[in-house]
Amino acid sequence: MRGVAWTEFLITRWIRVSGYSAILFVLLIFGFLLREGSPALIQIPPSSLLGVRWYPIEDHFGILPLLGGSVVVTIGAMLVGVPLGITTAIYIAEVSPRSVREILKPLVEVLAGLPSVMLGFLGIILLAPSLRRLLDLPTGLSALTGALLLGGIAIPTIVSVAEDALDAVPRTYREAAMALGATRWQTIWRVTLPAARSGVLTAVMLGIARVIGETMTVMMVTGNAPVMPSGLQSLFRPVRTMTATIAAEMGEVANGSVHYHALFLIGVTLFLISLAINLIAAAVVFRQRTRAERVLS
Amino acid sequence: MAIAMRQHRPHAVELLLALALSASLTAACSTEPGQAASSGRPSRTIENKGSDTIVNLALAWAEAYQQVQPAVQVSVTGGGTGTGMAALINGTVDIANASRRIKPEERSAAEANGISPVEFVVARDAIAVIVHPDNPVDRLTIDQIAAVYTGAIDNWAQLGGQDRPIVRLSRETNSGTHVYFLEQVLRKGDLESEALFSPDTLLLPSSEGITAEVRDNPNAIGYDGLGYVTPDVKVLAVALDPSLGYAYPTIQTVNSLEYPIARELYMYTAGEPESEVLEYLNWILSDPAQVIVSQLGFVPVRR
Repeated sequence: MRGVAWTEFLITRWIRVSGYSAILFVLLIFGFLLREGSPALIQIPPSSLLGVRWYPIEDHFGILPLLGGSVVVTIGAMLVGVPLGITTAIYIAEVSPRSVREILKPLVEVLAGLPSVMLGFLGIILLAPSLRRLLDLPTGLSALTGALLLGGIAIPTIVSVAEDALDAVPRTYREAAMALGATRWQTIWRVTLPAARSGVLTAVMLGIARVIGETMTVMMVTGNAPVMPSGLQSLFRPVRTMTATIAAEMGEVANGSVHYHALFLIGVTLFLISLAINLIAAAVVFRQRTRAERVLS
Repeated sequence: MAIAMRQHRPHAVELLLALALSASLTAACSTEPGQAASSGRPSRTIENKGSDTIVNLALAWAEAYQQVQPAVQVSVTGGGTGTGMAALINGTVDIANASRRIKPEERSAAEANGISPVEFVVARDAIAVIVHPDNPVDRLTIDQIAAVYTGAIDNWAQLGGQDRPIVRLSRETNSGTHVYFLEQVLRKGDLESEALFSPDTLLLPSSEGITAEVRDNPNAIGYDGLGYVTPDVKVLAVALDPSLGYAYPTIQTVNSLEYPIARELYMYTAGEPESEVLEYLNWILSDPAQVIVSQLGFVPVRR
């Protein structure tokens, strides 16, 4: 009897500590990033940090082109990934027959497990040369190539989460819409999709987070030129993202140098961006839920 | 029973567990990888890391040395000269390969860690300037190459080629080849010069990346160690002064100093080399090892 009580006590505590440890790890990581990154704010003058030139071996530490590069690639990837991902999710959840669905869903999940270095390889060998010929670009190693591949990387995430959300919409909603004489398209567009909106938005946010943190593919196919993006044509030019910069340069820096701290400062920026994305996603989900509860009550 | 449980202080237990977790985490993070390698245990593995320019040569040497001294194993990794230097400074390698001289700040960083790097010249290398085989341009002066890479020249028509935009390719900034090209071509050896690569220069993470893009793209210009040049790209003849004539990079033109973009390749050891490392370096400078140098397209240090 006593032994059982002890085991139960220990298991309960262990589970609680595991729960807290996730928070602890995030705090420790953020603390470490801040500790290593903040000296850069003191060592590098703001004029250099906010400059448009990133060339660390000659003390040019402008992180704006890198931020811009990440933004350009992410927006491009979302333009590709969001429509394709959501329509695929709608097809799997709402339209496809059961047999097709049972093949499609695992296949999409396999796609999610594809190593990004393989996609990068595909990009260098096939996509970049074809895009250069097709669009008559100076070089195929551009933000566009990166955006197309990252869109592909985001699709499985978006499909998987959005499909679950659509699937969770009660069957009665669809039956009610049909009974009112709505077509299948009207049911999907006006009833099911709005009902699953919070889950679909979460899917998009997770897709963005997946894309902005992706490193290997962008390093291989975007050309890594730290050019400050300006306007639409930047999508067709080489860019350098924050993740690729950290990956390419972390190995070279001496511990504790200005360059080392600057790379950690980029890491802090990336961390804050993905934190913001997650907070927005959480806020959206929360607001939706309270509204749904209000409607139902 | 419930009373007994309440008398335990659950918060203290949780705190202890959390502390233990965080302690093991920080311990895992702070263990330097090099401490294991440099501990007193007599190891017969020589850790060799650095320049991607030399990595194939270093691998060939390591392989050949297996026949000479089977008891010693040489483990070779690339990553760029900067990577090798960082490893040398942090004490994680026996030999760092470099395609440029050690920088003063790297030397002082190493000395701050109690390591004094010792330099060995192990081979020479020419840097070839390469373009797509269909590009009609066959020769350039150093001034023209510098103008291309700093962004002053933007179109092949300005160099007597077709009306095409120029796509500049370079290795990443952690590459010794990049630094050498900056100092000797863009700045022409002038220490006061502040010339920089044009910001739209593509920085590719590997030599293969440069060769692949040049092979495919008629707009591209790239540079790379002679040992990496494949037959499917076009090598340009280069002149320091056009009136003295242009030269293609070959073993002869590098040794006769006719080809202007050539450099020495180095190995750095952490302190004066001893026992196995010393034997290995002596062997590298011997004739059988230097034959391998010319087989791989580099230039031997001994004629």
